[in-house]
Amino acid sequence: MAVLGFVINILSTPAILVGLLALLGLCLQGKPVEDIIKGTLKTIVGFLVLSAGAAFLQSGSLLAFGEIFNYAFNMQGVVPNNEAVVADALTNFGTASAIIMALGMVFNIVLARFSRMPYIFLTGHHTLYMACMIAVILGGAGGLTGVELYLAGGCLLGLIMVLSPAYCQVTFRKVTGGNSIALGHFGGIGYWLSGQVARVLFGKEKSKSTEEINFPKRLIFLRDTTVSIGLTMMIFFIIVTGIAIARGLLSAVPAGITADELAASYPQFAHLAVLLNIGQETTTNWIVWCVTCGLSFAGGVYVILSGVRLIIGEIVPAFKGIADKIVPGAKPALDCPVAFTYAPNAVIIGFLSSFIGGIVGLLILIGCNAALPVALILPGVVPHFFCGATAGVFGNAEGGWKGCVAGSFVHGLLITFLPAICMPVFTQLGYVGSTFSDADFSWMGIIFGNMVSVTGGLVLTVVCVALYLLPIVYNYVAPKKDAAGE
Amino acid sequence: MAIRRIMCACGSGLGSSLMVHMNTEEVLKKLGHGDIEVDHTTISDINPTAADLFIVGGDLADFVSSIPDEKKVVLKNIVDKAELEEKLKAHLA
Repeated sequence: MAVLGFVINILSTPAILVGLLALLGLCLQGKPVEDIIKGTLKTIVGFLVLSAGAAFLQSGSLLAFGEIFNYAFNMQGVVPNNEAVVADALTNFGTASAIIMALGMVFNIVLARFSRMPYIFLTGHHTLYMACMIAVILGGAGGLTGVELYLAGGCLLGLIMVLSPAYCQVTFRKVTGGNSIALGHFGGIGYWLSGQVARVLFGKEKSKSTEEINFPKRLIFLRDTTVSIGLTMMIFFIIVTGIAIARGLLSAVPAGITADELAASYPQFAHLAVLLNIGQETTTNWIVWCVTCGLSFAGGVYVILSGVRLIIGEIVPAFKGIADKIVPGAKPALDCPVAFTYAPNAVIIGFLSSFIGGIVGLLILIGCNAALPVALILPGVVPHFFCGATAGVFGNAEGGWKGCVAGSFVHGLLITFLPAICMPVFTQLGYVGSTFSDADFSWMGIIFGNMVSVTGGLVLTVVCVALYLLPIVYNYVAPKKDAAGE
Repeated sequence: MAIRRIMCACGSGLGSSLMVHMNTEEVLKKLGHGDIEVDHTTISDINPTAADLFIVGGDLADFVSSIPDEKKVVLKNIVDKAELEEKLKAHLA
């Protein structure tokens, strides 16, 4: 029994479990022993680094931001950031996420082989994030456990890993001028929408391409995620804290109480001890506090990204190697910067237009709040830059520079409204300060987050498996247009 | 100077730099330089001492402006292995 206990203990320790996944991948590739040891250990360290980053992000800034925002506006303010929500969720659903990720990759290969969507999704961090979100929704909200959870989750993950590149490919083949690579990024539905908006509005007009006009490129420095997250979070902290202080935050708590008393009597300010100068040896100016908190957020994300890099650095090459052997003709679905080199101007214009869409969307949400309380989704620079830029490239490919502006503006609205609609699902599960930013996470979250409230258990599992099998059945039942299906 | 360590970089150091990393390893093996260490990271981490050669996509050329030409490869198309091979050959010669 001691051995069984040991095995169960290993399988329920997420860090070691992902290490075993890497080990399996490295062995299947026939790597030398030293590479196997190196890769396995790095993967485990990656998971531990990620957990450390998550803890720092929560305690260093995210929880404080929620408390300040709530005081300033009496509303829930949310900064969409994949890393923030994933890292926290992985500490509770790590085992399920790791198993769902592994199964999802296997199921991706099966779909690429037997459906008409021959895509291998190689953006490993998004695979990990999606696995995590599915685990939270099916396991946390849906109450699935064990084999049911792993099977249902793996099926959903495998499905979205081919579905997202498939709907992106409508426009992406016009971006690349070919059909040999695909886009694998879970902002997919937003890019598709941007392309369609551009096509419908400006498809016939043939406006100039963004690449034929001269556009300043100086904003490109925001591609550095550490810089862009640090900058935006500093600005958010200063604005929100300034308003909170104007509304009397600094005198909301009586002076002279201890940090323990603060946590006990004022739980709504539990993470603001430094700002309120409670139980501190030195006094802190609020602007200094804001700068530190904003940059702590960037620091937390930096640490999390380092962890994610170590985790997926071994798993993705193994996945690609195995997929290449089993489905030789499959198209690799790659991360969104692949699109950027095709239209560098559209990247900047798309970002700006999407960001403006995000601000307009925020104002609309504030307007809605009077009638119906919703979470306010703040425009984070990272999703607007990476996803907005990609949406801009898609819009440009369908409708020139006008298509780029219109498409990415609509994209900006979309990635503000979708997370707001999705937020109740995550709030129920205790994730209040942050949520997934990119569009595919949101639509999956909305559909399956609400589905789990009407069904569960075996029925839910069967639904997920049936959805997964649908494209395979379709492939064999529906008549083919031509031999290749393309 | 002999190249011992190559660093591929992208915005968050997760997706496209890993693709370039995998392609680079494949090309190096083909060119008989399988012993060169390859890694990938974020553009935040680029500094001249971190590696002997840096590889980035053309859209990120500004981030390697402080790196001398003989220590960097800027790719027009980050998924084009032929371009990568040609440019790596020039650096390894």
